[in-house]
Parts: sequence; C-alpha cells; structure tokens
Amino acid sequence: MSLDRAAVAKIAKLARLKTDPDRLEAMASELNRILSFVEELQAVNTDNVAPMTSVQPMKLRQREDVVTDGGNPEAVLKNAPQRQGDFYTVPKVVE
Amino acid sequence: MTVNPDSLTIASALDGLAKKDFTAVELTEACIKAMQAARPLNAVITETPDKALEMAKAADARRSKGEAGLLDGIPLAIKDLFATEGVLTTAASHILDGFKPAYESTATANLWKAGAVMLGKLNLDEFAMGSSNETSYYGPVVNPWRAKDGTKLVPGGSSGGSAAAVSAGFALGATGTDTGGSIRQPASLCGITGIKPTYGRVSRWGIVAFASSLDQAGPMTRTVRDSALMLQAMAGFDPKDSTSVDRPVPDYVANLEGGVKGMRIGIPREYRMDGMDAEITTLWEQGKQWLKEAGAEIVDINLPHTHYALATYYIVAPAEASSNLARYDGVRFGLRVPGKDLTEMYENTRGEGFGREVQRRIMIGTYVLSAGYYDAYYTKAQKVRTLIRKDFEQAFQRVDAILTPTAPNAAFPIGMKNDDPVTMYLNDVFTVPTSLAGLPGMSVPAGLNSEGLPLGLQLIGKPFEEAQLLRLGRSLEKVANYTAKPFHWWES
Repeated sequence: MSLDRAAVAKIAKLARLKTDPDRLEAMASELNRILSFVEELQAVNTDNVAPMTSVQPMKLRQREDVVTDGGNPEAVLKNAPQRQGDFYTVPKVVE
Repeated sequence: MTVNPDSLTIASALDGLAKKDFTAVELTEACIKAMQAARPLNAVITETPDKALEMAKAADARRSKGEAGLLDGIPLAIKDLFATEGVLTTAASHILDGFKPAYESTATANLWKAGAVMLGKLNLDEFAMGSSNETSYYGPVVNPWRAKDGTKLVPGGSSGGSAAAVSAGFALGATGTDTGGSIRQPASLCGITGIKPTYGRVSRWGIVAFASSLDQAGPMTRTVRDSALMLQAMAGFDPKDSTSVDRPVPDYVANLEGGVKGMRIGIPREYRMDGMDAEITTLWEQGKQWLKEAGAEIVDINLPHTHYALATYYIVAPAEASSNLARYDGVRFGLRVPGKDLTEMYENTRGEGFGREVQRRIMIGTYVLSAGYYDAYYTKAQKVRTLIRKDFEQAFQRVDAILTPTAPNAAFPIGMKNDDPVTMYLNDVFTVPTSLAGLPGMSVPAGLNSEGLPLGLQLIGKPFEEAQLLRLGRSLEKVANYTAKPFHWWES
C-alpha cells in the first residue's frame, strides 16, 4: 500500500491539519517510509491471538454517578483564546 | 555555607538538611544559580525561581517543626508535560501557547506533598514525540556531555531536558515520562539513572497524554537510591486515573542494599542485533559478568517477537496520539489561528500549532484507524502486542529480571538523524518492547565509550516488582562504579 498526494491530502483533511500543497509530496514519501517499515507485521502469524486491550489484567473501575467537581466557570474558561461571558466563542457555525 | 548542588544526591542533600549543614533555601538558591548558568543547554522552558524559594522557605519551616516529609526541601525540575497549577505548561508545543492549568498533576502533587521544591519546567520533544529532544517548539536541548572535538550532542528524548538538568547538576532529580523509552534512553545518553515503573503504578492524571496505554511517569536521578526515594513519593493509587492500580506502594528503599545473590537474570538472544555498535555489545557482556560476580545467575532467554516491537509501537502509539491530540482545536485553551469557518479554524490552528513530527504521527494514526485499514494495521498491531507480552510472561517464569543495553548508541550530534524518521525511531529498539508489555524498566549508567560518552544498561522487571528492580539496579551501580560527570563547559 502506497499513499499518493491525494491520499495524503485526504488524511490531512480527516485529521484537521492544514497542509502546504508543496509539502504533500514530501509528506507522502515520509508516511510511505513509515508504512513500509510497519508492513513487516504482516509476516507475523496472529491466528487465534486476541488483540491486547488492557495493559494490566483489570476491570475498569466504576464510581458512584455523582457530581464531584464543577461549578467554577472562571477556572474552566481561564485559558480560553476567546470567550463571551461564560461561553467559549467560535466562528459562526449556523447561518 | 555555600552549597554545590552538583556534588549532591537527593539522599546526601536530605542528610545535609537534617544535620543543618545548609537550609532548603540555601540549597534552592544554589540550584537556581546553577540552573541560570546552564541556560546554554536550553534544558528549561520556564524557570520558577520565586515559587522555588517560597516552597523552600515552607520546607525549612516544616523541618524546624519536625514535620519534614520524605523529600522535604529537595529541589526538583519537572518535565513540561506535567500540568502544574498556575504555571505555564507547554508540552514543548506551540499549540499550548500560554496554557496555565487550573489543576496540578497527581504525580507532581505527590512530590510537593512530600516536601519537594519546584525549580522549573523542563524542555522535551513536542508532546514527548521524539528520541533526541529536537522536535521541541522551544528548540533542541544540548547534552551536557560533548564530543571530544566539542560537537554539541543531543541528550536523547523525549525527556531530554530532564536528563540534561540532572546530568548538568542543577536539579537533584527530575520527573520524566516514558512511552517507548523516553525516560530510559535519555538517561543512558546523559549518564544518569531513570526508571519507568509498571504501567498503572504512577498516576497519569494531569500529564499531557501521548499514547495512553503506554505513558508512564517516573524519576530521573543521579543514583538508584534517589530514584527509589522519588518513586516512593510519586507512586500510588489515584481514583482520577482509571488505569491506576489499587495496590499498596512497597518500601523501595528498605531492601536497596539486599544484593542479587540467587537472582536469575535473563539475557535475551534477540537483543543482539546485526550491525550493533561493538562498544554496546562489550558493555552488555561486562554487565553480565558484573552481575555474575555479584552472585546472580545468568540465563539465556528468548523473546521471539522482539523484532516486531518497533513496528507495533509505530502503529499503536500514533493511533492513540491521533485520538488524544484531537482535543487541540483552538477553542478552549492554547493557540487559536482564525479561519473563515469553524473547520478552517481547526485546520489552521492545528496546522500551525503542531510541529512536523507531531503532524506525521497524527497522520499515521489517523490513517491506521481509518475505515478499511483499521484491522490491517491497528488490530494486527494489538495482536502482535499480545505476543510480545506473552514472550515476557514466558521468560519471567524462568528469570527474575532481564539485562539488555538501554540504547543502540551513545549521544549523537544534533541534526544527525533528522533526515529519515525511521532512523530516529531505531533509538528505542531496546526500550519499546518493555513499554508495549507495560513492564518496569530502568537504565543505570554503566560506563563510557571510547569517545568518553556515557552508556547505560537496561534492567527489566516483572510487573510491580520495582523494589526488586531497584535492588538489582543498585547492585549494578555498585559494581559498575560509574562516577563520571560532564565538564561544565557552559559555565566558562
């Protein structure tokens, strides 16, 4: 499998990364280099092997479904690049 | 009394504080001075001298009341991946411009609870993605160790600032994080000790996430004893991290001098790789001899899937990274680059805010998780990961710990490995398998190569057997008798 310019542009779009069209070719070659490197995994026989989904053999803990934090909009909004009152603001989404 | 922080360890500084040879304020002032003198290393992103002195004063007050904690008055520096309340936290990325968290990471909170003092926030590879500290938005860190001809070398990465800070002698210890080798490899390249604990031992809460199933925080110090002390303070159950493991933290210091008599140490055949640096092979051989002489039994073992670990890692880690880094969208914190609509604002912010290596990994991650490729790449990698873990489980039925080199090479010149991403990835060939299996691993400085540069050996332990691993590390440290320190060229 080899990625071309169009494929790289599509992945960048999915990842929400603005890319310089002049860099697409170079990016394709870098990504193909990495993909050809990881290709070697196809040689490993993984029939009847379960994918690893938990590093430690443990059940995910559950806690009481109660509010333990919150009620501090100032702390939450302190780092906002743009805000209005107690809200984050973004470019207009709905006309 | 004038204090020279470079001549101290955490343990000896605690002695000095207890005997009133110096106060925490005096020690901290000396560290701040040394930190400022070491600016040519670019190891620090944010210096926090005022905070440090304030914390040191409080430490002296506690000590005079007889209430000193485990690390009371010890100046440490923090990798800038740990959220620190009210203090700029950047992950060495442009995208976190100006971000001052409203909360403190659990691991650092534990250190402050033990009385430690924060000197500043340390440089790293952007989002901890790198093995040379060259991907930082704040520029590369320079290794305190230079080549004989004066060429500037990388400190390794991603915890490059941490390793440099401890090696240069201005911080008595530093926090690191390790996803595929980011504590152990820089420790090796800078001639210090570092331990990546078992996955789940130290809380990940409040640490900027890279690959959540691999990330673990740990200490980077000058001695094994210091690592034991720092880990003692950092480790513990944290309900705020769903993968934190609820089991008691043993005393890591008590049995440190217990020796290795009767311990069985595995030597994995697969770690002897084609074209390996002869000096690395020699040091590994030497390490075997040392442990044998100290009373351990050396056992040859097999870890058959070792060869596939790096490829597995470079699917799993980018996949998790692309998911974790989706949160950086310019809306709630950090950099925002305007666009004509919401999507364009996201794209502009992320395109400008992330550096090349981070973008590369997000792209790979996005691709291997995308429809049609998920099973071929991601599921396949998770299956191979199971096999890699099984290799270790089988080996640990026969041995107590495993000895390997930490890194395939010593520190290399800045800029040397930047042309091809895969060449850089090979730096982690010996550390990545441990990370994939979630096992504890530590690097202990063991010698210098013919260029006069430090090399480390890696010890890998069973899950949650950090106490045993540290004891083994202490034995290795004792027989290796590594005492070399870099010449302080940055002070002249």
